Amino acid sequence: MNIEITGSEIVLKCLAEQGVEVVFGYPGGAVLPIYDTLFKQNSIKHVLVRQEGGAIHAAEGYARSTGKTGVVLVTSGPGATNVVTGLTDAMMDSVPVVCITGQVPTHLIGSDAFQECDTTGITRPCTKHNYLVKDVNKLSSVFHEAFTIAQNGRPGPVLIDIPKDVQFAKGAYEEKNKIIIPSHRLFEPSPDFEKSKINEAVELISKAKKPIFYIGGGCINSGPKASKLVREFINMVGSPVTMTLMGLGVVGSSDKNSLGMLGMHGMYEANMAMHECDVMINIGARFDDRVTGRLDAFSPNSKKIHIDIDESNINKTINVDVPIIGDVKQVVEKMISVWKEKKYKIDTEALNLWWNKIDKWKEIDCLNYNNEGKQIKPQYAVQRLYELTKNTKTFITTEVGQHQMWAAQFYKFEEPNRWLTSGGLGTMGYGFPAAIGAQVGNPDALVIDIAGDASILMNIQEMSTAIQYRLPVKIFILNNEYMGMVRQWQELLHGGRYSESYTDSLPDFVKLAESYRAVGLRAKTIDELDTVIKQMIETDSTVIADIWVTKEENCFPMIQSGSAHNEMMLSKDQKQDKKSAEKGKILV
Amino acid sequence: MNKSVYDSPDQVSEFKRHILTVLVDNEPGVLARVIGMFSGRGYNIDSLNVAEVSNDENISRVTIVTHGTSEVVSQIEKQLLRIVPVHSVTNLDQEGSSVEAEVALVYIYISDTNKKKVYQVCDLYRARKIENENNTTIFEIAGSSERVNRFIREINEITKIEIVRSGPVAISSIHKNEEE
Repeated sequence: MNIEITGSEIVLKCLAEQGVEVVFGYPGGAVLPIYDTLFKQNSIKHVLVRQEGGAIHAAEGYARSTGKTGVVLVTSGPGATNVVTGLTDAMMDSVPVVCITGQVPTHLIGSDAFQECDTTGITRPCTKHNYLVKDVNKLSSVFHEAFTIAQNGRPGPVLIDIPKDVQFAKGAYEEKNKIIIPSHRLFEPSPDFEKSKINEAVELISKAKKPIFYIGGGCINSGPKASKLVREFINMVGSPVTMTLMGLGVVGSSDKNSLGMLGMHGMYEANMAMHECDVMINIGARFDDRVTGRLDAFSPNSKKIHIDIDESNINKTINVDVPIIGDVKQVVEKMISVWKEKKYKIDTEALNLWWNKIDKWKEIDCLNYNNEGKQIKPQYAVQRLYELTKNTKTFITTEVGQHQMWAAQFYKFEEPNRWLTSGGLGTMGYGFPAAIGAQVGNPDALVIDIAGDASILMNIQEMSTAIQYRLPVKIFILNNEYMGMVRQWQELLHGGRYSESYTDSLPDFVKLAESYRAVGLRAKTIDELDTVIKQMIETDSTVIADIWVTKEENCFPMIQSGSAHNEMMLSKDQKQDKKSAEKGKILV
Repeated sequence: MNKSVYDSPDQVSEFKRHILTVLVDNEPGVLARVIGMFSGRGYNIDSLNVAEVSNDENISRVTIVTHGTSEVVSQIEKQLLRIVPVHSVTNLDQEGSSVEAEVALVYIYISDTNKKKVYQVCDLYRARKIENENNTTIFEIAGSSERVNRFIREINEITKIEIVRSGPVAISSIHKNEEE
């Protein structure tokens, strides 16, 4: 007979057995027993955030920078509803997170009790799976299954709702290896199906004259080895490669095959190459609408190979010729061995012509911007930040908007897991708490949140968290006093009527930093920029660097909504044709 | 293809009725997961039926009737399979041949003038009268949806009725070896 312990003790034991080192959370009535157990132990560290929304983004940042599962602990009712945005964010970007929520005691469920809400009901569509545990003896099996589900296949958030009486109740602990998870609850690719398709795919690549690899976040989720294999395979083929926002870093920016990011604010050459290629190899990306542009004009003449771990991504928006369901690491490893085994060699002459064409597109110099005058251009600020941090182990997080796109365009990533941004959901307020999580997971690294003046205010309360745990996170605000991307769309699509996009009454960010006992810095002109960046890096504490940038700068190049890859807008003067502009206006 | 605003124009396949049977773990919230996937992604449910399968109390069989092109229905199947407690999804139309049936209970407003005609139609369709303590005229009819439709149409031409229908359940009629 097992020794009986309380539900709360089972929770902590499960976390310990799962190798959890840190929990991000906020206490409240319905989780007091778990917090009491947490108080009595030393192995698991708790990071107290200032709003539950911060906890879940911190867990995401921790997970994505370390490759481990992020863990969140919050109370019932408002605690649970405050994590909904972050759960949805983790769902969209496939981040493994386990979120524990307290619930009112079992006998009060359904009575509209204080701080009661239907947590599993609310979070059902925004989690990979969720549980309401009413029996203390099921806690261990639920926890171990939850961790497996969060990491297995396409990763995602899993929520466990635990009523307060279950936290007090006594039950038996079961170890991880005693739990059998039925196979239908997990992802298991069929190996035979893969094999034949892999042969077909590799043969198709070998016959390509204008190939392009289109790499997504799935390569990062598959682990660092996947990135290595993807690089190796691309080098063997000699093909150009472009990456999605989530895939930046899989292939290094300086790699000769890299065309950089594609999509709405991607590189001209990357989008043109996608449009004109004859074989497209999508590895771990999902043909998102930010990437494809208008679907009926998306890469019209190519054969498409799609490697994805989630079968529902196959033929969801784009029909593909060769689908392969599986984990990137395993699939690409097999592709390499088939390539070697069959001694495939690509048509070098055709490939050279293809590269010549791409080099012509590169000459357009699509990221070119006018850097005259004393004012700091936001693009220049990111470029300088990159130059001054490139030799340090640096993690970059972002909020959402223009600054995010400039960061993606101008900061060069050489390795996976160093770039944390909210891609699918586009959550303003993600970057700062994510930076906190990344810093907790990587105490010796330099962690910088490239932020906008509007986004940073969405989770500014986490300044307290950063200070309390002495996390030297740097907040690099590109301050243009606007919600920049909203303003840009209003300029391009709504006749320049800047409805509610000017952020009036901004705080003095330097004084704001100081009031939290952090360091505040400011650069107003181009001459001050380098000094401020250097000072920011050298300061061993939380820093807010308020960079005053040109107010009405636009983020280019741009595929306007409703346009295709070969209809990129390179500057403001280049107007979209009126018909597609009208059609595009209703899109997001 | 999904019904996205970035919609692709190359939808060619026919818009038709599909019957899906979904085997699920019988756990709390599983039906909400299935239904929520349909409403959340903008798919339609024409009818839905769920019950435990008697020989295994931990598994339920959900029968869903939906409409769509084969691309949409294939996407529905894949989205259903992502749900953790879902064991399997079978599109009975793609299996080739299946047998389906539903039950309807029909309350018939009967009078001396229409009585004879009503009973004739009921006899024709082998609808069974259900005795009840209030001695009202309630008939039960089972069979394919098409057959139930025809019965209802004909009775409704004679008199006013109230109907409740179960929606179809279906099973593949292909000979198969014991699964799992």
